[in-house]
Amino acid sequence: MAIFIRIDVDGALAADAGAARQLCEVCPVDIFSTPDGGALEIVDDNVDECTLCELCLQVGKPGQVSIVKLYDDDAVLQRT
Amino acid sequence: MRFYEYESKQLFAKRGIPLPKGSQVARTAHEAQRIASDIGGAVVLKSQVLSGGRMKAGGVLFADDEEEAESAARLILDLEINGQRPRGVLVESRQPVAQEYYLGITWDGIAKRPVMIFSDMGGIDIEEVAEKYPEHVAKRHFSNLLPFSDHKAKELIAAVGVQGSDLNRLTRIAAPLAHLFQEYGLTLAEINPIARLEDGSFVALDGHVDMEAEVRGEHRALLEELGIGEDETRQARPPTSFELAGKRINDVDHRGVAGNVTEFDGTLGLIIGAGGGSLTLFDAVRNHGGHPANYCEIGGNPSVSKVCELTKLILAKPGVEKIAVMMNVVSNTRVDLVARGVIKGVLESGEDPGERIAIFRIPGSWETDGFKILDKYGVEYCDRAVSMYEAAGRAVAKMQSA
Amino acid sequence: MSILITRNTTVIIQGITGREAVTMTREGLDYGTRIIGGVTPGRGGREVHGVPVYDTVEAISSKSRVDASVVSVPPAFTRDAVFEAIEAGVKLIVVVTENIPRGQVAQMVELADQRGARIIGPNCLGVLSPGEAKVGGLGGRAEDARKAFTKGVVGVMSRSGGMTTEICNTLTAAGLGQSTAVSIGGDAIIGQAYAELMPLFEADPQTQAIAIYSEPGGRMEADLARWKVENDSRLPVVAFMAGRFMDEMPGMRFGHAGTIVEGKADTTVEKIERLNEAGIAVAERIEDIPALIEQQLATAG
Ligand code: SF4
Repeated sequence: MAIFIRIDVDGALAADAGAARQLCEVCPVDIFSTPDGGALEIVDDNVDECTLCELCLQVGKPGQVSIVKLYDDDAVLQRT
Repeated sequence: MRFYEYESKQLFAKRGIPLPKGSQVARTAHEAQRIASDIGGAVVLKSQVLSGGRMKAGGVLFADDEEEAESAARLILDLEINGQRPRGVLVESRQPVAQEYYLGITWDGIAKRPVMIFSDMGGIDIEEVAEKYPEHVAKRHFSNLLPFSDHKAKELIAAVGVQGSDLNRLTRIAAPLAHLFQEYGLTLAEINPIARLEDGSFVALDGHVDMEAEVRGEHRALLEELGIGEDETRQARPPTSFELAGKRINDVDHRGVAGNVTEFDGTLGLIIGAGGGSLTLFDAVRNHGGHPANYCEIGGNPSVSKVCELTKLILAKPGVEKIAVMMNVVSNTRVDLVARGVIKGVLESGEDPGERIAIFRIPGSWETDGFKILDKYGVEYCDRAVSMYEAAGRAVAKMQSA
Repeated sequence: MSILITRNTTVIIQGITGREAVTMTREGLDYGTRIIGGVTPGRGGREVHGVPVYDTVEAISSKSRVDASVVSVPPAFTRDAVFEAIEAGVKLIVVVTENIPRGQVAQMVELADQRGARIIGPNCLGVLSPGEAKVGGLGGRAEDARKAFTKGVVGVMSRSGGMTTEICNTLTAAGLGQSTAVSIGGDAIIGQAYAELMPLFEADPQTQAIAIYSEPGGRMEADLARWKVENDSRLPVVAFMAGRFMDEMPGMRFGHAGTIVEGKADTTVEKIERLNEAGIAVAERIEDIPALIEQQLATAG
């Protein structure tokens, strides 16, 4: 269970195969995956490795991906 | 990484450096007897340990025939020297010696070149000879860009007054030793003594070879041939299972460093870094009267899971009451990621981070996020205004009041 | 002034597309370093943070003056990269890479000596002259580097990269600052040890004192002591000695590759004695360094 970070991905974006592939590519710590090329999944084991590099926030429209810092009163990082 | 004498001699043989007749290692007394009978006549039996002082400890015995050799081998194989069980017993023919010489090659960190040292007073400690009889010791640096050239060895050996055919015969030992030194990335190649036998021939009576860890990968074939296993660190003492577990944690994940674990018998677990910072902090803890349970180094940018696993390993070590997490001001290691790792490690051990972590002192990059994490879990921390020495003092004080 | 580097030094980064090198490029540019190009064979034509990438050093050096190169490539390729820089006429080469066999380091240094080039490292974080430039990862992000390093009078040399920052941070807090800080590397053989950099600090009017971080292993502290006495140096030197516990543990390797007690001369006790004989004060704790420097500066008048 991740205890420091939560990643929220908007349902519409997660359903978009192209966006899902992009997320898998940009994340340096493999937090996103598309098992068998299917739907987007968040790899729970890796979520706490998040480096807050914000590369995933550039995918899709602003606000479709957000990073929540569970250790900072659930502060939210989003593209603005 | 130090080689046993028999391994050193196997290496010497590759380049034709002459060894005493026989020269084989036995694992059992029976085997020693067979080797002695093959050699025929007087033999010497030598315990194969990495520690010095074998002679004094009774690890070197002489035998006149194979029966004596068998019982001598039995004694040696049972004898522990400085806490080490022998790897085997080396059996060699024993011939009368006319004179002993010293030959060694090592690195000179100031000249930044290999240096070859020769003396016509072999068999004793070379530093002592150099101090008392400097005229009996000669040194020559040589290039590591150019291939080693025999004349260097000749100049060196002639410099202590060796002449005639002895000079040529010794050169034929020194030059191949230099070739081995360069070919295998050795840090020490020493023959002490080289013996001139009464028949005028020369043999390497004892040898000592050190190879640095950095070239292990490159020379895997040689190490395999000599039977040196991957887990054999060949430091001053063999690694403990705790240390091997630490090594595995570091090896499975290439991200950053969280390893170099060395076991001590204290109660304060240490998660410290990096190279120089760890040395400084370990000194500081001891200076305050603390008892470290381990030494370790974290550095570079280790993953959260790597730090987490290291934390669990140290917390699980019998006798560990608390851990202290400390580093110098960091620039490439991330404070927040280390904080996540240690807290996760404590939680996964079923313990309370606020209780188990005596102090967290890692100032530097991403410290704002790191400190928020520590706040949330009630861990005591400090920033760069508190020195490494002071932080270590706080950790020790907490141990004493607990 | 500073030593080795100024704001006008032109720098290239060999291995610029690697993970650590990309970060180092960003940090260097932010600090104001003139990074004019990078090299990664097979990646020519790309850019890293706006810095053009080439296939060879020569492709850059044939067009522009290259004063310094940072080598950040895997150990197996480091010797080749350093030879390439030397052959291209680069005179200052900072080797960041760790775990290079001693024999190869010796070869790099030997070739550099022949061509009048200087190697810093290997296994170092680089060089930083506050307010001028930073070459290598030393100090990390530009904003962090500005916190820990400020322009001042102390020349710093350290066998540990991390402790370079720690010491500079302490000097900054005490208002002394640094002229140039050099992370000289933690290996048994390094391009420039204390005694080899001393003439540069000696000739630099900004530098009024020296602080060094040292460890067990090797003879470079004794060599510094010899240099100081033989050259009747104007610069007071204060040393910090880590790893005192290692004196009791001969044959064990801790910290850096060069840190091992193999003989009496490798121990901290012996080294401290050599340093003291040359009038070099040895601090018990990092935080004692500024006061010791001020004391020595005061007595020197
Ligand atoms: S911020 Fe970076 S590390 Fe974190 S999930 Fe996004 S891409 Fe991955």
